[in-house]
Amino acid sequence: MKPLLSVENLSIAFGAQTPVVQNVNFAVSSGETLALVGESGSGKTLSCRAVLRILPRAAQITSGRMLLNLGQEERDLAQLNDRQMRDIRGNSVSMIFQEPMRSLSPLHKIGNQVSEVLWLHGGQKGAAAKKTVLDVFERVGFPNPERTFRSYPFELSGGMRQRAMIAMAMVAKPKLLIADEPTTALDVTTQAQVLGLMKDLQRETGMAMILVTHDLGVVANMAEHVVVMHKGRVMEAGEAPPILTNPAHAYTKALFDAAPEIPEQAAVGLPASREDPILELKSVAKTYTLRAGKAWTAPTMIQACQGIDLTLPRGKTLAVVGESGSGKTTAARMALGAEAPDQGGEVLFHPAQGETVQVHDMDHPTRLAFQRSAQMVFQDPYSSLSPRMRIQDTLTEPLEIHHVGNKSDRRDKANEMLRMVGLSPDMLKRYPHAFSGGQRQRLSIARALMLDPALLVCDEPTSALDVSVQEQILTLLEDIRDRKNLSYLFISHDLAVVARIADEVAVMRRGLVVEQAPPETLFYNPQHPYTKALIAAQPEPDINRPINLKLVAQGAGSPEAWPDAFRFSGLTAPPLIQLEPGHKVRCHV
Amino acid sequence: MGILRYAIYRFGTMLLTLWVVSILIFAIINLPPGDFLSNQIAELQATGQSAGVAKAEFLRTEYALDKPLWQQYMIWMGFMPGPHGFSGMIQGNFGWSFEFDAPVSEIVGDSLWMTVLVNLAAVAFVYMVALPLGVLAAARSRTWVDYTSAFVGYLGLATPNFLLALILFYYGHRYFNLPIGGLMDPIYENAPMSWDKVKSILLHLIVPTFVIGTSGASAMMQRLRANMLDELGKPYVETAVAKGLAPRKMLTKYPLRVAFNPFVADIGNLLPSMVSGSVLVSVVLGLQTIGPDLLQALKSQDMFLSGFVLMFVALLTLIGTMVSDVLLVLLDPRIRYEGRK
Repeated sequence: MKPLLSVENLSIAFGAQTPVVQNVNFAVSSGETLALVGESGSGKTLSCRAVLRILPRAAQITSGRMLLNLGQEERDLAQLNDRQMRDIRGNSVSMIFQEPMRSLSPLHKIGNQVSEVLWLHGGQKGAAAKKTVLDVFERVGFPNPERTFRSYPFELSGGMRQRAMIAMAMVAKPKLLIADEPTTALDVTTQAQVLGLMKDLQRETGMAMILVTHDLGVVANMAEHVVVMHKGRVMEAGEAPPILTNPAHAYTKALFDAAPEIPEQAAVGLPASREDPILELKSVAKTYTLRAGKAWTAPTMIQACQGIDLTLPRGKTLAVVGESGSGKTTAARMALGAEAPDQGGEVLFHPAQGETVQVHDMDHPTRLAFQRSAQMVFQDPYSSLSPRMRIQDTLTEPLEIHHVGNKSDRRDKANEMLRMVGLSPDMLKRYPHAFSGGQRQRLSIARALMLDPALLVCDEPTSALDVSVQEQILTLLEDIRDRKNLSYLFISHDLAVVARIADEVAVMRRGLVVEQAPPETLFYNPQHPYTKALIAAQPEPDINRPINLKLVAQGAGSPEAWPDAFRFSGLTAPPLIQLEPGHKVRCHV
Repeated sequence: MGILRYAIYRFGTMLLTLWVVSILIFAIINLPPGDFLSNQIAELQATGQSAGVAKAEFLRTEYALDKPLWQQYMIWMGFMPGPHGFSGMIQGNFGWSFEFDAPVSEIVGDSLWMTVLVNLAAVAFVYMVALPLGVLAAARSRTWVDYTSAFVGYLGLATPNFLLALILFYYGHRYFNLPIGGLMDPIYENAPMSWDKVKSILLHLIVPTFVIGTSGASAMMQRLRANMLDELGKPYVETAVAKGLAPRKMLTKYPLRVAFNPFVADIGNLLPSMVSGSVLVSVVLGLQTIGPDLLQALKSQDMFLSGFVLMFVALLTLIGTMVSDVLLVLLDPRIRYEGRK
């Protein structure tokens, strides 16, 4: 049987430059999933967008055919005119994008945006179109389709918006669905559910899917065929099982080695010693008050964090894991004194010499001194460096603020730090745009180290990076920690990253720490349903370990749906119980 | 209904602002030492015309100018009974112009409506020119369409208005037989409204509208273009294309809707800047708008006249911002639903 879509010798170039996609071939048949895998800049996104001819204005398809076989006839998508192309888009070939937050128009109701596809292609109008849309909404898992129909995108969570996007892509019953990193911006548990939904829909409708991703775990869970791309060329292509179990190409192997994994082997983690803590959070809580919409109603209180007790031993790494909205970032902000905890909470910083600092209650001079010993590495290396400052100025700025050394001392220090993070000192005169994402994250680490801090708070330092770069940054962070005896408070949503770097992990859910243990213990013997869900939702690059959606659904649901021992409702959570030394779980005794 | 309540609330704040503005205006008018009448009395006494002095003294008591300032303010606004009972701004009595020796309402009368007319025409011109050109320049960015419209726009921004007015008058008259100066043919002045009078006014409006509106239009066009370009790079535009929408429909339904916000928000700023900006143009073009009156009144410390004109401009500004605020709430659900969750 002929494949539904076969792309032959596709090349794409920007202007007269060397092509960024060169002679790419792939094919996908009905009912099958093809995964395009690669890192940023590999050309995977351009290749899949070329199929719908949604390319940046300067990019041009310079050669190749894209044959779409719709049964009666075969059409070359590269040759169709704009009007013919519009009939294909959204109708026989539809697409889902990476960022559900921004891929829907903020000013139009979801119902309007989804129905539009039917108005354009299905010939359905008014009530008939609405009925079709409501059916699809129900199918993709909206509990109240009518309500969703009338909602605006900003009223939905990220996962729900991605479901709306899927509904929009599915509503005209396409033959081919192109999904460009559909779950990268979502939490792991949400990602697992969305992937499950896409697979179900495919089984029902028999459509073909092209899945663009950088995550080999997602590939293992979804795809029958794999195309691995690097720098615009296909490195390796074929059926998924052999490639995933025994990659032939060196680049594929490298990708596999870089992918972080949750360890499987049984190991007993030693509880970290409590003797020499550098940072302590004692019954820390944070309540935000939302301004009430009307003057006569009481303001809404939001519990971002409650009852957090954490201890970070000197020279160790404490990881806080949770999905967006779990309160992990609020906890980190309070640890740095950027946010004051509610009355009664204490944040204590113990420097190696000198007095304990009460971080929750600092005056200006204390704060200045504290900032010298506690620094932060931010998530997004693209926006955390000023594009208008040379690297040298960015690096020496902290020293200027704290009046450390003279000009040449500062420059020497900047040289030293650049070498420490693996960059060359002759880069000092450059601007940030001259660096790649990984290099920028190195720079931002170098900046955090300029004041010789003792404590580093890393807020998702690798989540904006490619897997292979992520691997390098983690190695660098470990190396620096051991060389300079630093202590890390490591915030992440990715258990696999944490598994590698942390000495102790605290899992947070809705402002509460639900389980806390050394990583080996936590992954080998997880107790809390939410921890289990997080572990189960993590896509593994192993086709024999598919995501267990049942575990995910149970643990990631609301606390009312947890098993008896863990269930609670409202704010009356059970206490954190010590199960074995160093392993604490929030459960009823 | 939420939107109705919001409109009422906005109207309330507008009245409050207007009240504060009235205090400011009254204070500013009274800042320079002396007033029109005391200046006049001093002048009359110096020349020995005692009959005039008596009349001026009479006017002083008539308009309560012999009372303390705060009482003058209260009487002017109509919060407090004056020599003739409650008779101030809120009762519709705008006072007496000493300079022209006539009630303010009579002097301002027609020119008030002409001001509104000229400026509304200019605002309409701004929007009608800026909207299509801005969208077009963004959709065809970095092509000759974009460059030409930018060039013409900057030319419009950079040319002084009075110069533009003179040029347009000359060529308009020469090639299209457009009338020069004024807002209507002299024969229709004080004549009752008729079709011919309307036609004459419309013909006379062409050049002033163009002159007053050009700089606003080119500025707004550039702003809309920049907003549109920002929006065109957003992922939801890609989503719309992937649906199979035709380019024109896609542009107007999605990015334009989002880029429209600042466009609407500008209404409030546009009105007052045009009224005050068109004073010079009105003098040059000989338009019977309120601008020249204001200039004259401020120069001669004709307090009731200048006070009224300033209040009128403030009212226009406030109405403009109110209209744009309410429109924004209607247009943008994100604003409408803020604080609901």
